[in-house]
Amino acid sequence: MNLFDFSNGKEGYYGQYGGVFLPEILQATVNELLECFRQCKSDPTFWAEFVELMQNYSGRPTPITHMANLSAHLGGAQIYVKREDLNHTGSHKINNVIGQGLLCKRLGKSRVIAETGAGQHGFATATMAAKFGLDCTIYMGAVDVARQRPNVFWMENMGAQVVAVQDGQKTLKDAINEAMRDWVTNMADTHYVLGTACGPHPFPEMVSWFQSIVGQEARAQMLEQTGRLPDRIYACVGGGSNAMGIFQGFFDDDVELIGCEAGGHGAGSSLHAARLAYNDASVGIAQGFKTYFLQNDQGNMNETHSIAAGLDYIGINPILAYLWEQDKVRFLAATDDEVREALKLTMRTEGLIPALETTHAFAKAIEEAPSMGKDEIILINQSGRADKDIFTVAEALDDNKWKEFIKTKAAQYQQERQ
Amino acid sequence: MGLQSYIEQRKADKSLLVMAHVVCGYPSFEANMAELEIMAEAGVDLVELQFPFSEPSADGPLFVRANEMSLQNGTTVNDCFEFMAAVTARFPFKVLMMGYYNTVFKLGEEQFLRRLKAAGGVGYILPDLPIEEAGSLHALSAELGLEPIILMTPTNSDERLAQLAAAARGFVYVVARKGVTGSKTQMGDDVAALVARCRAHTDLPLGVGFGISDRSDMEYLRGHADMAIVGTAALRAWEQGGAEQLRQFFSDLVAA
Ligand SMILES: Cc1ncc(COP(=O)(O)O)c(C=O)c1O
Repeated sequence: MNLFDFSNGKEGYYGQYGGVFLPEILQATVNELLECFRQCKSDPTFWAEFVELMQNYSGRPTPITHMANLSAHLGGAQIYVKREDLNHTGSHKINNVIGQGLLCKRLGKSRVIAETGAGQHGFATATMAAKFGLDCTIYMGAVDVARQRPNVFWMENMGAQVVAVQDGQKTLKDAINEAMRDWVTNMADTHYVLGTACGPHPFPEMVSWFQSIVGQEARAQMLEQTGRLPDRIYACVGGGSNAMGIFQGFFDDDVELIGCEAGGHGAGSSLHAARLAYNDASVGIAQGFKTYFLQNDQGNMNETHSIAAGLDYIGINPILAYLWEQDKVRFLAATDDEVREALKLTMRTEGLIPALETTHAFAKAIEEAPSMGKDEIILINQSGRADKDIFTVAEALDDNKWKEFIKTKAAQYQQERQ
Repeated sequence: MGLQSYIEQRKADKSLLVMAHVVCGYPSFEANMAELEIMAEAGVDLVELQFPFSEPSADGPLFVRANEMSLQNGTTVNDCFEFMAAVTARFPFKVLMMGYYNTVFKLGEEQFLRRLKAAGGVGYILPDLPIEEAGSLHALSAELGLEPIILMTPTNSDERLAQLAAAARGFVYVVARKGVTGSKTQMGDDVAALVARCRAHTDLPLGVGFGISDRSDMEYLRGHADMAIVGTAALRAWEQGGAEQLRQFFSDLVAA
C-alpha cells in the first residue's frame, strides 16, 4: 500500500481528506517546502544522516519491552511496548523535529517556529534549535502555559522564546493559528515545524515519513524478539503522528491497527477530543486541511477536552481518517478515568510511566487483552513518558502528598521573598 | 451590472474608491448598522461583511477578537445573511461576503451561493481557499453571476500571478505586504512595484489592502490603484471613539 503515490489522483489527498487550504501569500513557501521535501525523500543520504543523528543524539533504535507482569495479570495476550519514551526529550516528537531540522538546513532558513500543546513538541523543537543553531519561537496557548510550566522552563532555558497565546480557547489549535500568523509574515527566513501529522500538504506526509522510523524498527524487532508479527497494535492519536509512525511498518501485514483517542468525560459528554471513535465530528476545512473536525453545524470548532493536553485537538491526520473509512484502522476512545486506572496499573506492575497521552493506548490494550488468547501478541506504541510531567500526573491522580509538598515549597519561596 | 463595470463607473467621478469592512455581529448587528450608515455617508463604494469563524488564521489580533466576540454573542450564518439582506436593501454600496471556506463548505457550495445571491451580495472573498480548490465554487458562481475575489500577493511569481488573473473576477485584491491584517504598511516603492506587476497580468480594477490607515496612504495609492481597502483602522476608530471617531476617520480618509 503506497499512500503517497499521487500520480493517479490529487496531490496531497488521501481519499477526500488532506489538501492545502492556505492564504495565497504562503503558496510559494509551501511549494518550496514540498520541493525540498521531495528531494530529501528521494535522496538516500538524507535518510542515512537522519538515522545516524537519531542514533547518536536520541538513543535510537528504541527497544521493545515485553510486559510479562502486566500480561500475566490480565491473563490474555502477551503485551509488548515500543519504547519511544526513551528518546531524548522523552517522546516520539523528537523524530519529527530532528527530521524537519535537517530539512530546514537544506531550505537555508535560520529560524524555526512551532506550536505546542503539552509542551512536548515545543520542548523537542527548542532542543533541535539549540543543537542546530537556529532562532526559535514557540507558540503555546495560555491555558497550556499555565498547566505545563516545567516544559516552558526547559524551552526557555534552551534559548527559545515562548509566546503565550491569548486567543480562542488558549490551547493547541489557537497556538497553531498564531504560528500560522507568524509564518505568513516571516516565511522568508522561517520554517514552521508543525508538530503532528496534520495541517496542509506536505506536513501530514512529511511528519509521517520522519515518524516511520518507529514502525520500521518495531517490525524488525518484533520478528527478532518473538519470531512473528503482533496481532494488534495500539497507538494513541492526537494529531496522529506517533500512530502513523508505528502503523506504517505494518500496512502490508495482517495486523490489526487500533487508534486510541481522548474520550475525556465519555461519549455524549461533549467534553472529549474523539473525532472518529465517537459520532460528534464531521468533515470540514480548518488550519490548512480537510479532515474530520469537532465542530458545530455552522462550521465553528467546538471546545475539546482531555486529561492529556497532547490529545486535546479538534482535527485528525487525514491519512488516518481515510484508513478508518476504509476499515483499515479501528478507532476507540479512552476516558480520563480509564486513563488514570491504566496508568496506576502500568506503574505498579511494570515500573513504566507512560505519558498521559500514551496511556490512552495502554487503557484500550488493557481492556482488550484479557479476551485474547495467551499466544496472541499486542504491541503498544509508548509515545512518551510522564516522569517529567510530574505536576500534571500528580494532579491527574489527585495526589495529596504531592499537593502538601507544593504548598510547603510555595510557602518557602514566599518567605524567601520577604 | 457586474462588479467590474460598477467599479469603472464609480471611477468616472472619483480617483480612488474605498472598500470598507465590518465583522458581522461585533460588537452587535445594531452597531454594524450604525457603522455602515457612517460608511455610506462617507461615500464608501464597496463593503465586505465578514462572517465570523472560530479559526480566523489569516486575520490580525483586532479581527481575531472581533470574530471571537461575535461568535460568543451567538452569531449564526443565518444571522449574517439576514443582516446582509437588510444592508443591501438600505445602502447604495455593493456588498461582498468575506470569511473562511469552512463556512461555505458546511452550508454546501450551492446553498451558500444561492443565499448570498438572495441576500443581494455580489461576490465573496475567501482567503483560505486557493484557486486549486475553488474549481466547483467558481464554476457555480459564474452560473449565478457571483464573483470570486482573488488575492494577489508580494510573494507570487509572475507565473502564479498569471494563474490568479485567469481566475479573478470583479476586481483583484492586492495584498500590500506579508503578514496578517492590522499592522501599518509603509506605502512606498514596494507597493508601487507590486501593483505594477499585478497590473501587467490583469485588466480588472485593483484594490489594495492590508494596513491602509490614513489620508497619506490614500494619496499614495491614487494613481497606482483603483480602490483602497480599509479594515482594521476603521474598527480601531470605532472601538476607540464610537460613531463620532469613525465618522471623523472616514471624513479624513476620503477628503481629497
Ligand atoms: C507523548 C505524546 N504522545 C502522543 C501525542 C499526540 O500526538 P500524535 O498523535 O501526533 O502522536 C503527544 C502530543 O503532544 C505526546 O506528547
